[in-house]
Amino acid sequence: MLKLRIMPTMLYKDLTLVKGVGFDSWRRVGSLMQQIKVYNLREVDELIVVDISATKEGRTPDFRLVDDFADECFMPLTVGGGINKIDDIRLLLQVGADKVVINTAAVETPKLISESAQLFGSQCIVASIDFKKHNAERYEVYTHSGTKPTGRDPVELAREVEACGAGEILLTSIDRDGTFSGYDIEMTRRVVDNVKIPVIASGGAGNYQHMVDVIKNSGASAVAAASLFHFTESTPKEAKKALKKHGIAVR
Amino acid sequence: MPVVGIIEYGAGNLDSVARAVEYCGGKPIVTESPKDLKKVNHIILPGVGSFAVGMKNLRTRGYEEELHAQVKVKKLPFLGICLGMQFLAALGTESAKTPGLNWINGRVTRLIPSSPDEKVPHIGWNNVEPAKKSALLDGIEAGKDFYFVHSYHFVVNDQSDILSTTPYCGGFTSAVARENIFGVQFHPEKSQKAGFQILKSFLAL
Repeated sequence: MLKLRIMPTMLYKDLTLVKGVGFDSWRRVGSLMQQIKVYNLREVDELIVVDISATKEGRTPDFRLVDDFADECFMPLTVGGGINKIDDIRLLLQVGADKVVINTAAVETPKLISESAQLFGSQCIVASIDFKKHNAERYEVYTHSGTKPTGRDPVELAREVEACGAGEILLTSIDRDGTFSGYDIEMTRRVVDNVKIPVIASGGAGNYQHMVDVIKNSGASAVAAASLFHFTESTPKEAKKALKKHGIAVR
Repeated sequence: MPVVGIIEYGAGNLDSVARAVEYCGGKPIVTESPKDLKKVNHIILPGVGSFAVGMKNLRTRGYEEELHAQVKVKKLPFLGICLGMQFLAALGTESAKTPGLNWINGRVTRLIPSSPDEKVPHIGWNNVEPAKKSALLDGIEAGKDFYFVHSYHFVVNDQSDILSTTPYCGGFTSAVARENIFGVQFHPEKSQKAGFQILKSFLAL
């Protein structure tokens, strides 16, 4: 049986691991490389590592840095930040990424998703959708690390990226990011119900019960968490124990 | 010392495979041309991406003949990983019908979910259930989890070529073996301890 994945998310600026609240108020939480080594030793299911300043600063991904940390990673590695052309993806896969995360470019140049899915296969193209909830009816997608509103609806964009050939969706609630208040179950469920590809729930995990809640009530294939693992005693291993008690298949 | 040729044909994650081989005690050589395969005693064909594009690259770079000489004639141990396993088939049906290496009879087709809970691509950790005895799976307990990330699978014609199956989309062939030729749909280089166990067994062949 396919196991539910628990994925630590690591956001970095320069070489420093950072974590914010609502995609803002970034705090330094340590060395990226050191943390990757720790997760490698702990045999986590999969890591998401994103350079949060690349797109805003108009940079391409730092391939040498990714090469360095991929060398420490004998586990599945999903890499994002600053990807806006085919060659970025080719190089990231070459240096050790198993999948790439496309956020801003997913909205601005959907052709990048269709072309890269053709070349490298859908399975390695993760479309990342960051959204804010304005009210019960209105949700909006943001790009550029949550700074630029797009007027797009997350469900509609999810269907579009799936049609273009994305193999997975990383769905992040900006409002809940770093708040420990739980995932946006409603929007996660709506996206899961509207696509046939796996959805990773992200943003808001404050305890293991939040993971159980979003898995049971939305059908997400994986849960991502950052603050929970950076700022508390919680670990992916303990999270799995908790999920298992609730009858969720984990590794 | 096992010297392992890792075939570079412009498709994928060679670095991880090379690092894992090194970790498991082998000497990886990422090939620059088919003649590099004359210097090795094991061959790994990794790969992500599309069957048609990958096969075309293998052919235009001249690997098909050299692979035949080293693996089919000289019988060097061969391991195909993910797309590299699928190339063993007679035919790929991803985007266009493309002939494969045709070393193991069968065809590559898209996974079809048997329930709405099953998503394609198949991404994550899933069980590998051995279907026969083989040195490659030595020391791996039945049902062990390995990491998968793929949308297509190898439908094998001759049951005796099936080394393991995985319970997803009605059950698919997750590893094949015939003589010195092995293929795994999962990624041993990303499957931590159990994955290294398999690579070590391969290097010991």
